[in-house]
Amino acid sequence: MARLLEVTNLKTYFFTDDGVVRAVNGVTWHLDEGETLGLVGESGCGKSVTAMSILRLIPNPPGRIVDGSIMFEGRDLLKITDAEMRSVRGNRIGMIFQEPMTSLNPVLTIGAQIRESITLHLGLGEEEANARAVELLELVGIPEAPQRLKEYPHQFSGGMRQRVMIAMALSCNPKLLIADEPTTALDVTIQAQVLEIMARLAREFGTAVLVITHNLGVVARYADRVNVMYAGEIVESGSAVDIFKNPRHPYTVGLMASVPRLDETEHVRLTTIEGQPPLLIAPIPGCPFQPRCDWAVDQCGTTHPELETREPGHTARCFRDPRTDQKTKTPAGAGVA
Amino acid sequence: MTTQTAPSAGSSKSGETLVKISGLKMYFPVTSGLFIQRKIADVRAVDGLDFEVRRGETLGLVGESGCGKSTTGRAVLQLYRPTAGKINFDGTELTELKGAALRRFRRRMQMIFQDPYSSLNPRMSVGQIIGEPMAIHGLYKGAERTERVQYIMQAIGLNPLFVKRYPHEFSGGQRQRIGIGRALAVEPDFIACDEPVSALDVSIQAQVINLLEDLQSQFSLTYLFIAHDLAVVKHISDRVAVMYLGKMMELADSIELYENPLHPYTKALLSAVPITDPEVERKRERIILTGDVPSPLRPPPGCVFNTRCPIAVDECRERVPEWREAVPNHWIACHRV
Repeated sequence: MARLLEVTNLKTYFFTDDGVVRAVNGVTWHLDEGETLGLVGESGCGKSVTAMSILRLIPNPPGRIVDGSIMFEGRDLLKITDAEMRSVRGNRIGMIFQEPMTSLNPVLTIGAQIRESITLHLGLGEEEANARAVELLELVGIPEAPQRLKEYPHQFSGGMRQRVMIAMALSCNPKLLIADEPTTALDVTIQAQVLEIMARLAREFGTAVLVITHNLGVVARYADRVNVMYAGEIVESGSAVDIFKNPRHPYTVGLMASVPRLDETEHVRLTTIEGQPPLLIAPIPGCPFQPRCDWAVDQCGTTHPELETREPGHTARCFRDPRTDQKTKTPAGAGVA
Repeated sequence: MTTQTAPSAGSSKSGETLVKISGLKMYFPVTSGLFIQRKIADVRAVDGLDFEVRRGETLGLVGESGCGKSTTGRAVLQLYRPTAGKINFDGTELTELKGAALRRFRRRMQMIFQDPYSSLNPRMSVGQIIGEPMAIHGLYKGAERTERVQYIMQAIGLNPLFVKRYPHEFSGGQRQRIGIGRALAVEPDFIACDEPVSALDVSIQAQVINLLEDLQSQFSLTYLFIAHDLAVVKHISDRVAVMYLGKMMELADSIELYENPLHPYTKALLSAVPITDPEVERKRERIILTGDVPSPLRPPPGCVFNTRCPIAVDECRERVPEWREAVPNHWIACHRV
């Protein structure tokens, strides 16, 4: 598969009154055509900032992309002009955000909002654009499309609005779709509807998908490959099966064990990761996960680990290996004193 | 935990009933008119529930947004006065209690809320937050109370030295611990937990779930655990009740409910939750429900699920299915089973 997107050493910092927040601190990864990549991590790990950086939507001030390159279809998105970027956004790269309630304009009809990007990027006339909008709504499974186009967002339910967002994101046949927590605000049965539609359309159109989520189940179902982020860095990267069945970074191991599985048939006590993620305001000398890590040794507190290949296509940023090495800490207490 | 009667089949905890809910209805009036408010309709948030909570167990309540699960929790605690129905708490009829008598009773039943940010008074220190319920119920005085607050802080995994700190100085997970401490302060028998972990990141969520389990065995607590995350509810609960549009669809032992769901809604709900294992997940069959949940202002006649049910027949559109024990300890409301 051809390489579609190549992010190299991306650093996005926020310059606040309290200091510099290193939200994304040197991430390198790629996405091939037609592939679905999951970006997972807990709040504040930098996964959304990574997506916003690709789209160049980082609010400045206080945020700024301070280093790195983002190669997409042969161009560095960080070097092109604003006008050129506008012709990429919504056209070559479609996007779906978390909040279906706030990402649509309440005073414009659904039709006007879908037609906007079609007329802008594809240069279609009003009638052609309308026909395309009807076609798109039908693709995402909204019945009576010609009538619904005349309605306003408040007349749509949450799941319906997110389908409209998918229709808009796919309206110009993008090569890449960025979905940032696309179903977090939705109920599970609606979430299943929306995700199935998204995955089916991406397959049909050959669109590559970057799906950002904290829901590991969603990643397990849809992603081909997974990047795990922690404190602004990628700590592990590999195929979905590698990450879930054979995690090689202590954080990934902890993350997998802390989620209750629906298919457990007896009660197993959850494994927790003690403590909290670090504040990104002060530079961290060693491994950012070291204070919470059960495998940490002295080196982890002083030296910053690099991403190392564990097996072909599977990398981890760790001096130890949770699969073969002994724990250095016993998991802190059973909770209650 | 004292077991007085032999556990009934399928129940892992004592079979003794602590709270018995019969015919619970909670309607909210919809009014119209500027000066004279006329009632024009009712939102049937909870529409006829019959179930019991057994001493020492965790009863999980799941369903999608708007299904009435939180309203049920609040009505059981008399935070809402139910429109109809009886709530018998350990021999006392709560719906008949008023004023001071009801307030005295609240010592035995407490609540933990979803949002650890808005449910704590920002102007009160941790010590004051945990101490206030004791003051209200006249438990412990002076030095004894200070000691008791410290004991509770230890139990919930907070350093007692932080007693003078304010909520903003704590992380989300720690704030949720404070909310739990406030509920524990008056030594209740019964705690309704309303989405206690849904605002937390997965690794923190696991910490709070384990804490709730530890406190349950330490203080012999009975939980009504309300959440939309089926995997979490199944993990923590002994029995699980599934709600849809103000009614209970199914109630069974949690493992039984997962392994042998009878109701078509439960089946769809279970299949919509992705399992965190790519190999298992990609082989699973999904039941994708069409459409959205109808409005509780105008619930459909007959079975409320009939508009989305894949196996509905004419009878389902005409007659409300009765709530019956299909198999011992496995309750269901469905004509087709």
